[in-house]
Amino acid sequence: MREFAYARARDVDAAVSLVADNPGARYLGGGTNLVDLMKLGIERPELLVDVTGLPLDEVTEDGDLLRIGALVRNSDLAAHPLVRDRYPVLSQAVLNGASGQLRNVATTGGNLVQRTRCGYFTDPTKPCNKRMPGSGCPAIEGEHHNLAILGASDHCVATHPSDLAVALAALDARIDVQDLAGPHELPLEDLYRPVGDRPDLELTIRDGALITGVALPPLPPDARTTYRKVRERASYAFAIAAVAAVLVVRDGLVSDVRIALGAVASHPWRARIAERELRGGPATAAAFEAAAIAELDAARPLRDNAYKVPLVRDLVVAVLTELAR
Amino acid sequence: MTRTWQAAPSVGHPLTRVEGLDKVTGRARYAADIPLPGLVYGWVVPATIPRGRVLGLDVAATLAMPGVLAVLHQHNAPRLTDAGDATLLLFQDDRVAHRGDPVALVIADTPERAREAAERTAVDYLPEPHDAAFRADHPRLYEPDHVNPRLPTVTDKGDVEAALAGAAVVVDHEYRTPPQHNNPMEPHSGTAVWADGRLTVYDSTQHAYGMARTLTKLFGFDPGVVRVVSEHVGGGFGAKGLTRPDAVLAVMAATLVGRPVRVTMTRPQLFPLTGYRTPTAQRIRLGADRDGRLVAVEHRASSQTSRLLEFTEQSASYSRVMYAADNLRTSHRVVALDVPTPRWMRAPGEAPGSFALESAMDELAEACGVDPVELRLRNDATTEPATGEPFSSRRLAECLREGARRFGWADRDPRPAARRDGRWWRGTGMAGAHYPARAGPTVAHATAFPDGGYVVRVGAADIGTGARTVLTQLAADALEVPVGVVRLEIGDSDFGRAQVAGGSMGTASWSWPVVTACRDLAHRLASGERLPPEGLTSTYDSTEALRALGAFARYAFGAHFAEVAVDAATGEVRVPRLTGVYAVGRVVNPLTARSQLIGGMTMGLSCALLEESIMDARFGDFVNHNLADYHVATNADVGELDVAFVDDPDDELNPSGVKGLGEIGIVGVPAAIANAVWHATGVRQRELPIGPARTITSGQ
Ligand SMILES: Cc1cc2nc3c(=O)[nH]c(=O)nc-3n(C[C@H](O)[C@H](O)[C@H](O)COP(=O)(O)OP(=O)(O)OC[C@H]3O[C@@H](n4cnc5c(N)ncnc54)[C@H](O)[C@@H]3O)c2cc1C
Ligand code: SF4
Repeated sequence: MREFAYARARDVDAAVSLVADNPGARYLGGGTNLVDLMKLGIERPELLVDVTGLPLDEVTEDGDLLRIGALVRNSDLAAHPLVRDRYPVLSQAVLNGASGQLRNVATTGGNLVQRTRCGYFTDPTKPCNKRMPGSGCPAIEGEHHNLAILGASDHCVATHPSDLAVALAALDARIDVQDLAGPHELPLEDLYRPVGDRPDLELTIRDGALITGVALPPLPPDARTTYRKVRERASYAFAIAAVAAVLVVRDGLVSDVRIALGAVASHPWRARIAERELRGGPATAAAFEAAAIAELDAARPLRDNAYKVPLVRDLVVAVLTELAR
Repeated sequence: MTRTWQAAPSVGHPLTRVEGLDKVTGRARYAADIPLPGLVYGWVVPATIPRGRVLGLDVAATLAMPGVLAVLHQHNAPRLTDAGDATLLLFQDDRVAHRGDPVALVIADTPERAREAAERTAVDYLPEPHDAAFRADHPRLYEPDHVNPRLPTVTDKGDVEAALAGAAVVVDHEYRTPPQHNNPMEPHSGTAVWADGRLTVYDSTQHAYGMARTLTKLFGFDPGVVRVVSEHVGGGFGAKGLTRPDAVLAVMAATLVGRPVRVTMTRPQLFPLTGYRTPTAQRIRLGADRDGRLVAVEHRASSQTSRLLEFTEQSASYSRVMYAADNLRTSHRVVALDVPTPRWMRAPGEAPGSFALESAMDELAEACGVDPVELRLRNDATTEPATGEPFSSRRLAECLREGARRFGWADRDPRPAARRDGRWWRGTGMAGAHYPARAGPTVAHATAFPDGGYVVRVGAADIGTGARTVLTQLAADALEVPVGVVRLEIGDSDFGRAQVAGGSMGTASWSWPVVTACRDLAHRLASGERLPPEGLTSTYDSTEALRALGAFARYAFGAHFAEVAVDAATGEVRVPRLTGVYAVGRVVNPLTARSQLIGGMTMGLSCALLEESIMDARFGDFVNHNLADYHVATNADVGELDVAFVDDPDDELNPSGVKGLGEIGIVGVPAAIANAVWHATGVRQRELPIGPARTITSGQ
């Protein structure tokens, strides 16, 4: 690990001014991802700006929005009565992630921008286009059993590891950001760049922009939601497939549906095609299956992750059927 | 001293661990915890090519980095003598034998600075073409001279081909197991300190005595120079059974810089440097009559080794012991690849071998329409199938019957894919198990003190097994005193020859001289021998007694039963229930015995469903070399674990009548689970681990 300087941010403006325009600086949230990457030599910052003292650690109501500060710890987020009451899918997603100890320190903002777990990315002695642009992507021919089937490119097939972000995608969350130009907001989905030929560029926000919070719009009162994560190990493992779903069924017809898939792409994947297929139609297993198949038409599995295609299909059907029951 | 009381015997009682409080309060010191004045740290520079030569190393640049004291490499390292293990001949030449092979050691004042400098050290390589891909049909597979530990490569009895040709029912399949890593929680760590002409090595090892001998030979030290101390060990599962590079590097470095040096490995460094279970491909052919009585068994196993050392996993040896057949052939082949060296991992041989044979037996039960428990009872052996030797005791049948009773096997519907319960397909499966019951030469010293206390010294290792506790109980009973007045001192090579904490031989080996020395001491005290102020000591060495053992096949036996649930949509496999019933000789402490067995069963479950070290042959590297990506079972994976023992008196073992139970808990569990997955889903799983990637593609 390279020796580094450490500063504690006094307020948001000070934090942003220390990190923005300084490629050697990083925000330090819970450190559960960043510090690991520093030990591995993947991140070599010269300055860590600890943001955990900033007053962004509350969940508050703002009209009909629920606002989650970027520094709310994962465990506090999952346990918050308003979250559990209004957005159980979010609480479930968080509780399905990592371990109790990690959730106690991991922050909302840090979770959204954590890096991929691709084993080549985390080993500096190997090539990786995301870490070293142009060096190649050994995962495509190598170990990729848990990498992407949707939206990947010939340059990178990594997945985004977050559970929380998948639930937020299904909830149409918006992200509050502050950079040197001031505060602004964007839909969570727009936070992540498509992979294309620059997998090293992951986010649309400017380098050094600080995520300050997440805003959740209300759900229809009769919406049913759930999060289901499939993993090899029963706990303390990243998803091999995950679904966050919101479903409103009125008179047997789908009046609203939102499906976000995890562990299939470089970012939480909103299944817009499936949603479009379902909206206004019958809430039946056959319809759910047809919709899932339509969504997965774009899937481009690799040698060892083709199992994810039937897995995601059957998972979507199982989850929606359960919600429609 | 006149004894005024008679102690209640301790053996058989669930005494909690004698060092338990020290461990849970953090007072117990593990190898990397021991504070030493002037301590500095060594960090390995691992090779980043799978095969080739080191052309150069930018030592000057590394020496200029903050905190760096020295760099150890092929040009300044002490010359070593081969001690029979080429993985320890570090920095002796320019060869790179596998990725991760140490090419240098950076020594600095803090571990962080040592690490940073090691990772920044520029190494110039001349790569050579390599081959790191194991295949069952690899053209370079050959029959080695012997297999681990020193068993014959091939056994052949009767005429297998003819018997198969004439058999009413034949089962013929290949079974595969992946590479797996031992992954004890505590990483390997060695600290070397020179003082007063002696070298003390604090190391995390299963065998302090063996390590002292190995280091003495490697470095050419005079006898008595090296002392290895290993008071507490945070798990090993075989990976700490032999000397590993951490100790050798620490000794080299301490000699070079003249200060105490500690070398602790990171998890990714453990993967290439401390051993692992080889991948195997095993072909089983069974021939039987219509009632499932075996007429022929053939078990052929292939595995890999490294270029440094020939290690051949004895997977097929499992079939030499288990079921009776007039025609029985077992054989092994191995291929040397440009990969790290595979070594012992809990039940080497029996763990992968039982997956193959016990799975095939289930397929035979299906083919004959015979219940799997009944099939095994029908094929129980009276003498050891491969050798014809009598068993000292064989209570497999008792384990099978008692297991079936406890598990509720009797009502089982044999049809596969017939039980759907909401999301889940449900099924049950079982397997037999055995593990050798051996002992090795060991010395122990028992000392009585005038204050009424006793100290017993033996070079044992407690790697979390409870060894210290059960030896305390056995010693107390032999001395006829309460356990509270007996203190066991272990983990010190100065106590003399001792058997490794491995091969399930620990308690059998160490207790032999402990009990004998303690009985002798008790006798001397009872006969009125004077107790001097410095204490009265009896010493016993079991070497001669071991030589006098009769010719018997000695094994522990067991049976495992599993219930599984397989998610119909996602293929996730869960194991709500496992039952294990064992015949393991005398159970000294039911609490620590149970812990060993549930640990073994849990590792078996983990091996069935999760554990796989993924080799990327292009790099010659295990790419999931960390505990986030290499999945070891968590509590949430483990359901109800039921452990029971059948009475297993055996007078042909050792003075304590113990067989050892550190490994049998893992044997057969993967097969029992795979068999249950078949019963649940109707799809055979002949390759481990059985994760969703397999259950889904195999026809869910
Ligand atoms: C063993 C293990 C298992 C795990 N399992 C799961 C799992 O199953 N599911 C899951 O979802 N996650 C899992 N995680 C990941 C964990 O959830 C993330 O590491 C954590 O959420 C990151 O949050 P943090 O606050 O610790 O981020 P940090 O490590 O502090 O930061 C991560 C990155 O975010 C940046 N950053 C931090 N805060 C901000 C901010 N406010 N604005 C902009 N940038 C910021 C940092 O500069 C850094 O680049 C696991 C982690 C580990 C180590
Ligand atoms: S998938 Fe992406 S992160 Fe992984 S090796 Fe390829 S480029 Fe790197």
